Amino acid sequence: MGSPLPLVEQFQRGLEAPICLTWELTYACNLSCVHCLSSSGRRDPRELTTAECKALIDEFERMQVFYVNIGGGEPTVRPDFWELVDYAVAHRVGVKFSTNGIRITPEVARRLTGSDYVDVQISLDGATEQVNDAVRGAGSYRTAVRAMSTLAAAGFGGFKLSVVVTRQNAGQLDDFAALADEYGAQLRLTRLRPAGRGADVWDELHPTSAQQRAVYDWLVAHGENVLTGDSFFHLAGYGRALPGLNLCGAGRVVCLVDPIGDVYACPFAIHESFLAGNVRGDGGFTRVWRESELFADLRRPQSGGACASCSAFDACRGGCMAAKFFTGLPLDGPDPECVLGHGEAALAAVGVAGGATLPRPSPDHSRPPRPPRQSSPVPVTIGRRRPPSRACDEDPLAGFVPRAG
Amino acid sequence: MAVRPEPFGALLYHFGTRRLTFLKDPMVLTVVRSLAEHPSARSACESAGMTARALPACERALATLASSQMIRERDGR
Repeated sequence: MGSPLPLVEQFQRGLEAPICLTWELTYACNLSCVHCLSSSGRRDPRELTTAECKALIDEFERMQVFYVNIGGGEPTVRPDFWELVDYAVAHRVGVKFSTNGIRITPEVARRLTGSDYVDVQISLDGATEQVNDAVRGAGSYRTAVRAMSTLAAAGFGGFKLSVVVTRQNAGQLDDFAALADEYGAQLRLTRLRPAGRGADVWDELHPTSAQQRAVYDWLVAHGENVLTGDSFFHLAGYGRALPGLNLCGAGRVVCLVDPIGDVYACPFAIHESFLAGNVRGDGGFTRVWRESELFADLRRPQSGGACASCSAFDACRGGCMAAKFFTGLPLDGPDPECVLGHGEAALAAVGVAGGATLPRPSPDHSRPPRPPRQSSPVPVTIGRRRPPSRACDEDPLAGFVPRAG
Repeated sequence: MAVRPEPFGALLYHFGTRRLTFLKDPMVLTVVRSLAEHPSARSACESAGMTARALPACERALATLASSQMIRERDGR
């Protein structure tokens, strides 16, 4: 019995299909969270059509991708969102979707409750309105709580309350757990990554090292009752590994399909350096997953680089690739939040090396900043209205004769 | 429940509990896939060619799968 390699090493060599695939359906979003991983806001005109989305679901079914984590943007603002959920379920592809709760009406909640194949994840980044809304925007706490209450009222048990741990909410973990209990939800905590707009606020939002230790102790105490999406594997350097695979799954067991069909190594690495291909290309998603050069490269045994001689390397494996990349650290060195403090030294060294320009997350679909509100009348000149030259002439330039000079 | 073959064995996923399990032993995989065609787990093991020495480990693997509802006793028994 037994196989020649430990399971984790087998996983690092890649699988026939991802275990966990994140699919961002749209870059459109009603919110503008300051730490948005995908810099969402405005829809991209090149987003996959309904037919293309269905063809991709067919492909997931053929590859036996058990379920997809659908996100965005705010996926539920896509007019065909429920149609795609129904299509996935009919094709035995489970759906777990992340939402800020904006479209969770009693009717939707009732529909969702009926299916084993659908799970819902409500995002909330503060256990109080003040802490949450500072990051996710005014009104977002109330929207999320209303959605949780609506799901609970419809009898949807065990949906997820999903929290990105920040410096501002790291002290609220018990409150989050109580909030989840109140609505019969399961708490899910994930790590803040310096990806997307998160790169701009990471310095202010990422937990301090003392908070990080407290989060680790809290997670150890709560065991499998709290989900983490394996996102705190860098904390394994403290000693005991947290539940989960404890490995960087980028391109090995996870990947991201973005709204325009681009396939990235992971949801936190939306940058051309981690772009493996596009589902619209020949061979579709299957070919990207199985044959892309980037993924083949990620599946080769990695060198520990500067971390190789560290006693904790076997536990943390050097941490998160995306966190290193967007903070300007070498990929074969320590994680910026290395629990032994090597990240701080590495960050200081990068900074000293001449204010290195950090890689910019790309692409950016943020809404443009709103112009300051005018408090006085806006001066405009209204031209004299000319009648159309003919009754049926709809050309807006009808009758317009450009003046020479 | 769905089974997906992988180079190391197989991935098992239960849509109801949303739990993922891994099977590394190809023989246990054969047993799991053929359980429905056999009157008992032992008969499935024997038919897969499992030796008496390997039976206890297989029994433990099946018990673990049963505790996570990946496999269950047939209705009507």
